[in-house]
Amino acid sequence: MTRPSVDQVWAWLDQVPDPEIPVISLVDLGIIRNVTWQGDTLEVAVTPTYSGCPATSVINLEIEASLRANGIENLSLKRQIAPPWTTDWLSDSGKAKLEAYGIAPPQAAGGPQHCPHCKSTALERISQFGSTPCKAQWRCTDCLEPFDYFKCI
Amino acid sequence: MSVIGLIRMGDNTLVLGQRLSEWCGHAPALEEDIALANTALDLIGQTQLWLDLAGQREGQGRTADTLAYTRDAWDFRNLLLVEQPNRDFAVTMTRQFLFDTWHFEALQALINHADADISAIAQKSAKEVTYHRERSTDIVIALGNGTEESHDRMQGALDRLWPYVGEMFAQDDDDLTDMSVLRDAFDVHVSQTLSESTLTKPDSDFAHQGGKTGTRHSEHLGHMLATMQVLPRNYPGATW
Repeated sequence: MTRPSVDQVWAWLDQVPDPEIPVISLVDLGIIRNVTWQGDTLEVAVTPTYSGCPATSVINLEIEASLRANGIENLSLKRQIAPPWTTDWLSDSGKAKLEAYGIAPPQAAGGPQHCPHCKSTALERISQFGSTPCKAQWRCTDCLEPFDYFKCI
Repeated sequence: MSVIGLIRMGDNTLVLGQRLSEWCGHAPALEEDIALANTALDLIGQTQLWLDLAGQREGQGRTADTLAYTRDAWDFRNLLLVEQPNRDFAVTMTRQFLFDTWHFEALQALINHADADISAIAQKSAKEVTYHRERSTDIVIALGNGTEESHDRMQGALDRLWPYVGEMFAQDDDDLTDMSVLRDAFDVHVSQTLSESTLTKPDSDFAHQGGKTGTRHSEHLGHMLATMQVLPRNYPGATW
């Protein structure tokens, strides 16, 4: 077979949803660090968001399933932990999709900019941790809805 | 580069991760339950990185799993502090605060380690531990300033656990970095937090020893390992 271009592979990976937050893709999340051909083998470097995130193994399975479905036969997945993942690597479209989904995107200031539901800035933190390692629990004191905030690291 | 130094880092995060997991479903509030479980998850993830590297460098085919599940108490190299039982929430969070404060400084030092694999694990872990330290510091301040009951329990927890602080800074050539030089930065953060908490730093510098050398673990470690290891020991190689 002819080797698909690296750009084509990136486009395929951009169709693979994050298993916990399916509105964003693995590329949006910034965890695909490198795609290269080494001879006939496609090498994909993946970095974990948090070192103990249980989604990591599912993510690797989904990358493999997607690329195999697109005809990639020789595939090598590499775990790359340095430099460590940062929310700066979330794409702008990823941040917009998070907000539309009801998850406040990360802010350098350390807390959500506004309520993802009613846009109020009257907010309080409920807990530094949330439903996944990458999120915290906040609440809007205007519309009273609790929401997830994607922690800035 | 010392394999024992790597095992020490991994055993600390493993044993504390297991201890924190014991709270799952029992914490005083749902948010705390989730927070403790998430902290445990970070620590277990870091364990995987440290112990996998230890196994690779040792070169005898051991993995993070075999190191975690098939060694007995005397082969563990964790600090005595992290194997202490949870008791109440005050003891759990004081133990966490003391450990996080040491862990933060140790990882900052290891980021500059000449070995690229050690530096990489430290860089990854330091991000998570910065968050752990922030949280446990906030809780020590909140509970120290809380009710008479919460204040007394926090002071009691501090008095109980203080004799386990010294071991973290005991000079030992097997460590990945000289831990004794981290004491000043530790003392600054602890003193500042305790003064904001209206808690009193215990006077005594007496320090229990024997966890990181494995020579004198407390009786608590064996009980914890019995629970943690029962499945892989009874059903070797089991998968799901």
